[in-house]
Amino acid sequence: MTLFVIRRLGLLVGALFLSSIVIFVLLHLLPGDVARVLGGTEASPERIEALRAELGLDRSFLEQYTDWIGGILHGDFGRSLLNNKSVLDELTSKLTVTAPLVLFSSALAAVVAVPLGFVAAARHRRVDGVALNVASQLGIAVPSFFVGLLLVVVVSVKWDLLPAQGFPTDGWDDPAEALRALALPVITLAISQGAVLFRFVRSAALDVIGQDYMRTARAKGLTRSQALVRHGLRNASVPIVSILGVQIASLIAGVLVIERVFQLPGVGQMLVTDVGTRDLGKVQGTVLLIAVIVLVIGFVVDIVHGLIDPRLRAVG
Amino acid sequence: MKHIWQSRSGRIGLVIVGTALLIVLVSLVWTPHDPSRVVPADRWLPISRDHWFGTDGAGKDLFSQVLVGARTTLFVVLASVAIAAVIGLVMGIFSALAPRWVGESTVYLIDVLIALPGLVLALVLVAALGGSLWTVSLAIGFGAGVVLARVVKSETHTVLTRDYIVAANASGSSTFRTIGRHIMPNIGPIVIVQLSIIAAFAVLAEAALSYLGLTPVSTPSWGRMLQGLQQSVTVHPWAIVFPGAAVVLATLGFNLLGDGLREAMDPTLRRRTATGVTGPGTTPPSESLPSELTVVRP
Amino acid sequence: MTLLEVRDLTIRFAGVTVVDGVSFDVDAGGRLGIIGESGSGKTLSALSVIGLVPEQAEVIGSVRFNGQELIGLADRELSKLRGDRIAMVFQSPLTSLNPLMRVGKQIAEPLRLHQGHSRRQAAAEAVALCARVGLPDPDRAARAFPHQLSGGQRQRVGIAIALACRPALLIADEPTTALDVTVQRDVLQLLDTLIAEEGTALLFITHDISLIAQVARELVVMRNGEIVEQGEVGELISRPRHPYTAQLVDAARATGLDGPAPLSTDRLANRFTTGTARDVVAPIDPHHFRGAGRIDPIEVHG
Repeated sequence: MTLFVIRRLGLLVGALFLSSIVIFVLLHLLPGDVARVLGGTEASPERIEALRAELGLDRSFLEQYTDWIGGILHGDFGRSLLNNKSVLDELTSKLTVTAPLVLFSSALAAVVAVPLGFVAAARHRRVDGVALNVASQLGIAVPSFFVGLLLVVVVSVKWDLLPAQGFPTDGWDDPAEALRALALPVITLAISQGAVLFRFVRSAALDVIGQDYMRTARAKGLTRSQALVRHGLRNASVPIVSILGVQIASLIAGVLVIERVFQLPGVGQMLVTDVGTRDLGKVQGTVLLIAVIVLVIGFVVDIVHGLIDPRLRAVG
Repeated sequence: MKHIWQSRSGRIGLVIVGTALLIVLVSLVWTPHDPSRVVPADRWLPISRDHWFGTDGAGKDLFSQVLVGARTTLFVVLASVAIAAVIGLVMGIFSALAPRWVGESTVYLIDVLIALPGLVLALVLVAALGGSLWTVSLAIGFGAGVVLARVVKSETHTVLTRDYIVAANASGSSTFRTIGRHIMPNIGPIVIVQLSIIAAFAVLAEAALSYLGLTPVSTPSWGRMLQGLQQSVTVHPWAIVFPGAAVVLATLGFNLLGDGLREAMDPTLRRRTATGVTGPGTTPPSESLPSELTVVRP
Repeated sequence: MTLLEVRDLTIRFAGVTVVDGVSFDVDAGGRLGIIGESGSGKTLSALSVIGLVPEQAEVIGSVRFNGQELIGLADRELSKLRGDRIAMVFQSPLTSLNPLMRVGKQIAEPLRLHQGHSRRQAAAEAVALCARVGLPDPDRAARAFPHQLSGGQRQRVGIAIALACRPALLIADEPTTALDVTVQRDVLQLLDTLIAEEGTALLFITHDISLIAQVARELVVMRNGEIVEQGEVGELISRPRHPYTAQLVDAARATGLDGPAPLSTDRLANRFTTGTARDVVAPIDPHHFRGAGRIDPIEVHG
C-alpha cells in the first residue's frame, strides 16, 4: 500500500508541474500584449516599454516561468497586473464565499443523490424507479443557470422568501444573512450536481446488481436489500468514488455560472472579470489554484480507490 | 437509421434534433420579425399572434431571437463535435498504435489537461484569443476531444489485441489499412454515441459561455438572451422561459439521440429488450453507464 | 422419501415459453442430473428451485421441498431456506465471488446468517471448511481475495460456501464447465466425496453427458424447455429411447464417454448396481479403471 501511495504522489507532483506549464504557456504564447492594454490606446511606445519592464514582461520566457513558479512555491501567487494586489489575498477573501458554496452544494447533492440512486437501481423496474430516472433525465438537460433563474423567479420574486442576488458586504459577520444569501445558489448547484450524480450512482448500482456475486449472495440466503448493502455497496463505490472526483470539474464550471446568476462575489466572478480585463497575473494564479485543487482531489480519489479495491493495490 | 427509430428515446431524440435542424434552415431564409429590430414602443408585449413569444425590453421579438439563436447553437455544436472528433480519433488511435510509453504518457497528459475544467479552459482561451464562436467551439471541442481520446485509446487497444488483427498484421497489411478496415468499424459505434453526448454538452456549454458574456455581443444566442433578460427578471419573470426551454430541449434531444444510437448499435440490448433474458452471469453492457457520463468515464 | 417434487414447471419470459411442463423428483440423498444444451431450460429449472429466477420471468407450476410449496413463497421465507437447506454452486468461479471481500468472510456468511455463529466462531469454521474442500494452507486461503486464487481453488470456495450449513439439497449448475480439464476431475471428485459424506441430495446440471454418468444416478434430458426422456443413468445411456438422447450419447462416446475422471470399481458399483450384485451396466470405457475389482465386460456397447 505504501508503494502505491508513493507512486501516486509522484504522479501528482508531476501533474502539478505539467499543468502549471500548460497554463503559463497558454496565457503567454498567445497574441495580446498586456502592456499595450494597460497603457491604453494613447500610450507612447516608451511608456509601453516601461510598463513592460515593470511587469517583467521583457525577460525571457523561461525566466518569467521560473520566477512565477518560484513564487508559488513560496506561497506567493503573484500580483494583479492592474492594481498590484496580491493574488493570494484576493483569492482568500473570495474563497470565503465560494468555498461554502461548493462544500454545501456537494454535500447536499451527495446526501440526496447517492441513496436515491441506490433505491432507483433496486426498483428500476417499478414505477417509482422509472419516474426517478425520467426526472433525472430532465435534471441533466436543464442548465444550472436556468434552474437558478427559475428559482429566483419563483422563490425571490413571487414568494419573496430568499434574497435574489448578492452577498452581504460584511461577509460572515452576520452568519444568518450570509446563509440566506447562499441558500438559493446552493440549492441550484445541488440540483444539477445531484441529477448527474444520481444517474451515475443508479447505473453503477445497476451494474453491480447484475453481477454474479450478487446472485451467490442471495443463494446464501441474503435478502435483496441485505445483499445490496453487504456486497453491492462496496463494489459500487469504486466507480462512484471515481465520478465524485470527476464531478469537481463540472462543479467548478457550475460555480462560475452560478456566481454570476446570483451575483456572488466569489472566485468565479473574479475570474470572469479578470478575463475581461486581461489581468493575466490574476488569471494565472487563479487557474493554477483550480488545477491544483482538481489534481489533489484526483489524488485523494485514487488513494481511496486503493483502499477499497485490493486488486488495484496489487498493480500499484 | 431504422434502428434508431425503433427505440423510444431514439425516436424522440431524432424528432427534436430534426426539428431543430429544420428551424435553423428556415430561419436562414425567414423569421417572423427581424430579431435585432428595436421597437421601443413594443416593449414587453405579451404572447400574441403577432409575437408568438412576446417581446423583450427593447421591443425585439422573442420568437425570432430564439430561432436565430438556434443557428448559433447549431454552429457551435457542429464545430465542437468536429474538433472533438478529430482530436479524439487522432490522439486516441495514435496513442494506441504507438509504443507503450507514448501511449501511457499521452493518457497522463490528458489526465493533467482534464484538471482544467472545460469552462475554465474556455475562459483562458478567451482571455488570450478574444471571444468568438470559433474560440468557444475550440475550447469545447478540445476539452471534449481530449476525454474522447482516452476512450478511443482504450477501445482501440481492445480491438488491437484481438486475434484477427494480429493475423492481419502478420500478413503484412499496412497500418492505414488496419485502421480503416478493422479499427474504425469496431470503435465507430462507440465514438458516434460519444459524439452525440458531446453535442448535448456543447449546447449547454455554449449557453453557459454566452451567458457569461464570452461570445460576441452581436451574435444572438440563447445564453445571451438569458443574460439580457435576467436584468428585468423581477419585473418580467417569464420571458426567460423561452430561451431556457430551447436549451433544455436541444440538450434533451441530443441526449436521447445518443441513447437511441446506443440501443441501435448494441444488438445484445435489442435482443434483450425482446426476450428479457440475458442468461446467467452476463451483464447488459448498456445499462452500465448513462450516456452523458460515458464521456467522462475514467 | 421425496425431498424435492417438481410438477409441471413452466417458465415464461415476455410471452415466450422457455420451460414447458417440467416434472421430476429428487429423493433425500438422491442424485439427479439434468442434461441439455444451452437454451434447453435446464439452468432456469434449477434456479426456480432455489427461487432465483430473473424478476421478469413468470413461473407457474409446483416446486415442493420437504412438502412445502416454494412457488409463490415470499422472498423473505425463501431466503431462510437458501444457503441453509437448499444451496447452489454456480458455473463461473471468477465472477461468482465478491472480488472485494476476503474468501473466508464469504464462506462464513451463511454460517452467521443461518446458524447465528459469532464472527470468531464463523471465521474458525470457515478455515475448517477451507481445509475440508482441499485448499492448501487453509489459514492463508481464508484470508485471500478471490483474484489471488486459481479457478479451481475459487470453485472449491464456492463449494465450501454452499455446503457450509450442511444443506439437504445442493444444486450444482455446470460447476466444472469453466475450469481446466485437469482441474475438473479434482473438483468433481471433491463434490462427490463431500455430498456422499453428508448424505446431501444433489441436483446436477450440465451439458456434458460423460460427467453426469459419474455423479448422478437418475437423469433428466431436456431440450427446448421440455423433458424428452428421464430415467436411470445406466439405462438411458446404454438404451436411449429418444433420438435426442441417443445423439447426446453418441456425441459423448466420440470423445470418450468416460469423461475426465477414472473411477474406482466400488464407487461404480454403488452407482450403477442394478439387481444382481456386481452386474454393472455402466457407461464407461473398461480400460479406464483403477481398483481392486475384476471386470468382465459382459456387454460392451460402442
